[in-house]
Amino acid sequence: MLSIKNLHASIEGNEILRGINLEVKAGEVHAIMGPNGSGKSTLASVLAGREEYEVTEGEVIFQGKDLLELAPEDRAREGVFLAFQYPVEIPGVSSTNFLRTALNQVREYRGQEPLDAVKFLSLMKEKMALVEIDQKLLSRSLNEGFSGGEKKRNEIFQMAMLEPVLSILDETDSGLDIDALRIVSNGVNKLKSDKTATIVVTHYQRLLDYIVPDYVHVLYKGRIVKSGTKELALELEEKGYDWIKEEVDSAATV
Amino acid sequence: MSKDNQILEELTSKEYEHGWSVNYEADEAPTGLNEDIIRWISAKKEEPEWLLEWRLKAFRTWQSMTEPQWANVHYPKIDLQSLKYYSAPKQSKKPKNLNEVDPELIAIYERLGISLNEQKRLQGIAIDAVLDSVSVATTFKDTLGKLGIVFCSFSEAVKEHPELIKKYLGSVVPMTDNYYAALNSAVFSDGSFCYIPKGVRCPMELSTYFRINAANTGQFERTLIVAEDESYVSYLEGCTAPQRDENQLHAAVVEIYAGAHAQVKYSTVQNWFPGDKEGKGGIYNFVTKRGICAGDHSKISWTQVETGSAVTWKYPSCILKGDYSVGEFYSVAVTNNYQQADTGTKMIHIGKNTKSRIVSKGISAGKSQNSYRGQVQVMKRADNARNFSQCDSLLMGDRCGAHTFPYIDINNPTAKVEHEATTSKIGEDQIFYCNQRGIATEDAVALIVNGYAKEVLNQLPMEFAVEAQKLLALTLEGSVG
Repeated sequence: MLSIKNLHASIEGNEILRGINLEVKAGEVHAIMGPNGSGKSTLASVLAGREEYEVTEGEVIFQGKDLLELAPEDRAREGVFLAFQYPVEIPGVSSTNFLRTALNQVREYRGQEPLDAVKFLSLMKEKMALVEIDQKLLSRSLNEGFSGGEKKRNEIFQMAMLEPVLSILDETDSGLDIDALRIVSNGVNKLKSDKTATIVVTHYQRLLDYIVPDYVHVLYKGRIVKSGTKELALELEEKGYDWIKEEVDSAATV
Repeated sequence: MSKDNQILEELTSKEYEHGWSVNYEADEAPTGLNEDIIRWISAKKEEPEWLLEWRLKAFRTWQSMTEPQWANVHYPKIDLQSLKYYSAPKQSKKPKNLNEVDPELIAIYERLGISLNEQKRLQGIAIDAVLDSVSVATTFKDTLGKLGIVFCSFSEAVKEHPELIKKYLGSVVPMTDNYYAALNSAVFSDGSFCYIPKGVRCPMELSTYFRINAANTGQFERTLIVAEDESYVSYLEGCTAPQRDENQLHAAVVEIYAGAHAQVKYSTVQNWFPGDKEGKGGIYNFVTKRGICAGDHSKISWTQVETGSAVTWKYPSCILKGDYSVGEFYSVAVTNNYQQADTGTKMIHIGKNTKSRIVSKGISAGKSQNSYRGQVQVMKRADNARNFSQCDSLLMGDRCGAHTFPYIDINNPTAKVEHEATTSKIGEDQIFYCNQRGIATEDAVALIVNGYAKEVLNQLPMEFAVEAQKLLALTLEGSVG
């Protein structure tokens, strides 16, 4: 589904990603872990098409298409979803209105009829239950005055509505208490299928207790330096990142 | 940031939608401005002597006045002698009803999306259609007449209801109020008049649709709304003009009178031709709008969505004379390319316990300049006056300007006046967030801007709100990255 080859990206001349290679197949959950500043969020942003990052080398093929050639909105319409670490506030625009605009543009791209108000609302009701989100929240301005937990829950709700093929969760666990973490994770798990894939970007192992990954990759200095199964996450939890840093840094000096 | 600039370059890919014009045989005044022209206009309109005298008095005063220079707008001096002050489509005889109106004129309005066919109208909106200097048709006159409501062209009102015109004309905006109001008083050609009798709630929206068609012609219309005690009316005004290379002058006067417990809601969607993207052409929109809350517990509410005109100079105001009267001003002013807007309001608290509320949302893009200018004045006897003002500015790109000029003049210690102001930029983060959900950049801008202006748009009647939303999106098309 997603094939990343030798991906290099920089921002304002500083190279952050220095040759990422990653294969993600349908039905899989990949966790990207790593110390702060290793490039985890950059990878998520580059995949979603954030303009500040310049891709200097490499390729990303998503379902047979050159992802890097696509505008951010077209990536979304193709089925790439990014759950933001810091969801943006848009005053005066209700979540409902925002999502209806988004969903209908995605549907148009896919050659589907736009949903009328009735169908849209019933779809909303169905998905609301999935992530235990209150309708009141959705009639408020998008993310404005939402608590951290509400924002993240709203991200997963949007994900449920847009039914992406590839979901990228960028530090979705940050700022969540244990109950919110459970609700958000449950939502993500319910949305998983053998046709979709998930990339979970996280600093901590905690989230992976709820969203169990098939593969765990450790990102350090812009490269994936170690890959393994969920046991690797447990090992990181126990030992921290220092041993990996040492391994990599000493290899580099040899 | 490179994307920002790149998209800014692609700015205004969309042409002005109503830029077309039609050729029809017109009845025009000779070019120039002097007492003879004023007599010519007055004679053309078969006006009574007193009105001619009124016009001439205004003209003589105007001659001694100078153009105001204090506004934050810049434009070359207008040669008022090179304009024509009257242009009207030739009609063989004066139509008695809609069926007799020249179909070609009806077609002009059809093309603007305004049906003058009463059967075709969606729901209750009565329309007075003003083309250049004259009103060509007014709909639903009979329906309204049964309730005692008068809704007709100004010229007709002069003939049919001279006592009302005599009483109220110039009572809110004196003929010598300012340079443009005096000019208007001298040469005004037509406009709308509405009168709501005591205790009547007008069952439909009343609307005037102004269209400038002729070249080298100024449009000087006059609107007078009189709402007697305990009445209610909601009035809408729309305007468009053809795309022409030269600038055209539009100097209107609107007067509103509200009796005790009366409520008047006045909404404008102003979409005059704004000039092209190089700043060539466009309408100079120099308008004086004022309402008086004459009776206790009366209320006047101005809502305006200003997207057009090359230069706008406009301050819809309220004189809060009656005790407990309320004045409101809700405004969205959008400027793009080389447009300049200097707009705001005046709230003059005279009565006790009067309240006013000002919500101004400026949006500047391109190389435009957008100024809010507002005055809150609390007179000596206006005990417990309250004002709340909120002035927000939204900037797109880095070559436009937003300015706020609030004037506060308090002469009563019990007054409570609050002023809030914010300036923000449309964030790349916001746009990226929308993009990531599948929303194209243009639509994202429209969504964000409409959200920003929501508080004002909510004040508009339903049908107008939809039009205004589309207009905002259209005006700003391609203006941000």
